[in-house]
Amino acid sequence: MDEFSLYVLDITMNSVRAGADEITVSLAEDGDWLTFTVTDNGCGMSKEQVEKLSNPFFTTRKTRKVGLGVPFLTMLAEMTGGGVKITSVPEKNEDGSVNPCHGTTIQGTFGRNHLDFIPLGDMVETVKTLIQGSPEINFTYIHTFPGGHVELKCAELRAMLCEEISLAEPEILMWIGGYLEEQYAGTEEA
Amino acid sequence: MKSLEELMAIKAKMADKVAVRQADGNEIRVVVGMATCGIAAGARPVLNAFVEGVTAAGLAENVTVTQTGCIGICQYEPVVEIYQKDKEKVTYVKMTAEKAQEVIEKHIKGGAVVTDYTIGAAKI
Repeated sequence: MDEFSLYVLDITMNSVRAGADEITVSLAEDGDWLTFTVTDNGCGMSKEQVEKLSNPFFTTRKTRKVGLGVPFLTMLAEMTGGGVKITSVPEKNEDGSVNPCHGTTIQGTFGRNHLDFIPLGDMVETVKTLIQGSPEINFTYIHTFPGGHVELKCAELRAMLCEEISLAEPEILMWIGGYLEEQYAGTEEA
Repeated sequence: MKSLEELMAIKAKMADKVAVRQADGNEIRVVVGMATCGIAAGARPVLNAFVEGVTAAGLAENVTVTQTGCIGICQYEPVVEIYQKDKEKVTYVKMTAEKAQEVIEKHIKGGAVVTDYTIGAAKI
């Protein structure tokens, strides 16, 4: 993957598949570092599963035997002097008891000025793709960088539209794309 | 600046349209594989080409574009499947945004499968 925004898309898809309905994606650029965090309220993972995640031959999928999402992210983080941390609370413990506050947080730090770091790429397209695929999920997107920040909260948009109108409607998606792009353009001029 | 008022205007415009869109059994469903394999192979621009192309061609009432996970043929990604009632599923492989345009024109609009891009024609 040659753009960071594709990593963001790929890693956030894990939260989608975990059945989350609230997902926060944040990018924070500060000094030499980019911190990328995804927090969800999905089904979570046991300690053992979290440990296995860095193994490319671990996946819960039935369609193939490898799972490269987290290993790819870890590779890029470590190549640029950073790392990846994952904390997770499973919805159900092994003894069958239930954790009311379940979910996963994955956080990666990347040396944003490192030679091996890659271009950020089209973050607007990534956010649009996430919403197109799961319009029912409340995504929150926050990107902060020196000189500004860009933000989108699906819950707020949903409150303004009515329930029948899906965020995946092409007109709405186009509006979301324009809304984000104008926020980015506004901060560049500032 | 894209304002929230503009969003409200879209909402007002769409209120009647949403009611009109009804399942008549002839819808076409375009499914794009968006797992790690698909994303790494370039599925995002393909998905985008279908979403925008279908809307631009005025086909949005009858065509839905959705995402799915890994179909299990990662070496053929980006993979796009097209479902239509009473017709065999068509699997397009190694797609690009340009090929997506062609599929919209010839297959979705014109009803003719673009056999060159199907899995049957693919060589690995």
